[in-house]
Amino acid sequence: MLSLIHLVLTFGMLSLLAVGGGTAVLHEMQEVLQSSYQITAEMFVHVYSVGQLAPGPNMTMVIVFGYQIAGALGAALVGFSFFLPSSFLCFWIGRVWNKIGDTPWRRAVQNALEPISIGLMCSGVFAVGKAALSGPLTILLAVVSLVIILFSRTNPVYVILGLGGAGAAVNYWLSLS
Amino acid sequence: MKSDQIPPQTPSLPQGQPPSLWELFIEFLIIGAVSFGGGIVAYQKILLTEKRKWLNDDEFMAALAISQTMPGLNAVNLAVLAGDRLRGAPGAIAAAIGLLIPGCTFVLVVGLIYLKNANHPDANMILAGVAAAATGLLAAITYRLGRRQFVEIKRLAILIATFVLMSIVNWSLPVVLLIMAPIAIYLFRPKPNQD
Repeated sequence: MLSLIHLVLTFGMLSLLAVGGGTAVLHEMQEVLQSSYQITAEMFVHVYSVGQLAPGPNMTMVIVFGYQIAGALGAALVGFSFFLPSSFLCFWIGRVWNKIGDTPWRRAVQNALEPISIGLMCSGVFAVGKAALSGPLTILLAVVSLVIILFSRTNPVYVILGLGGAGAAVNYWLSLS
Repeated sequence: MKSDQIPPQTPSLPQGQPPSLWELFIEFLIIGAVSFGGGIVAYQKILLTEKRKWLNDDEFMAALAISQTMPGLNAVNLAVLAGDRLRGAPGAIAAAIGLLIPGCTFVLVVGLIYLKNANHPDANMILAGVAAAATGLLAAITYRLGRRQFVEIKRLAILIATFVLMSIVNWSLPVVLLIMAPIAIYLFRPKPNQD
């Protein structure tokens, strides 16, 4: 029971701290899941990857951690505690905004949060990369993926699936020889 | 929430009838189901301002700005604001739930298959490649979204300080935000002559 409350509070806090989007809290989420719930960095990055393949917002993958920690109830609790607090805050602020109209301070806050949010995303890249890049092959795959996505309009889902398949094929071939 | 605090609906709905809750739910459900590979906000813009003309461009941009300022996923925030604008609180719930249901279903199904096979070498071999490619994707998205932040010295300094406190010094996220947000807001405070 206590651990379920901790789970709800953890993801509720991550929800409210997710400035600029869910990727801003990846680093923190990974640390908490590892230290409090024994979810390895490897499992974290695998579940994160599943989220990248999913339609809609990629951060829906958080419910898989909920399931791993406390079954179906855990999945539901994590889903609600990750999406409800920020949505409610936005709903409420949105209404206040409709009344008072835009102010220079909203622009100031947005301007201020942009670089913070990108800095946090860099931390996310760092955390995911530390777990995902374990050797020359995975580093090569990450670089190829980065280049393809930056310089073409290919849908990322195909890039990820294609490179995942290619990586597995190379690994398989290496294990034969 | 007190109902007397609900602001009067602005009378300028571009095209007559506001949608039913069901329509809102279905339209956002479709976006949630077809938007593979990101770019959800673009789908929402097409739905709201072109396909159904539920919002005009100005209204959309205003909602987008609030979505980006507030914590949480931009696409979910945008669904909440658009839903509220069109059908009040029930509309916000319908739009957000619709957007999230397909992805949640997908990750649960695939995630459960993964959790059941987490130690299977074949599964791990494929996922290792997928995870590496996903890292490249995240780096690419970070660069794309952040391009503007890397070229201006003030923004770059905030960005680097945030990254260092988070990943190198290893402070926790609340602490990093408590330190960085006030500093950054102060640096970007509105100039009196621009009011």
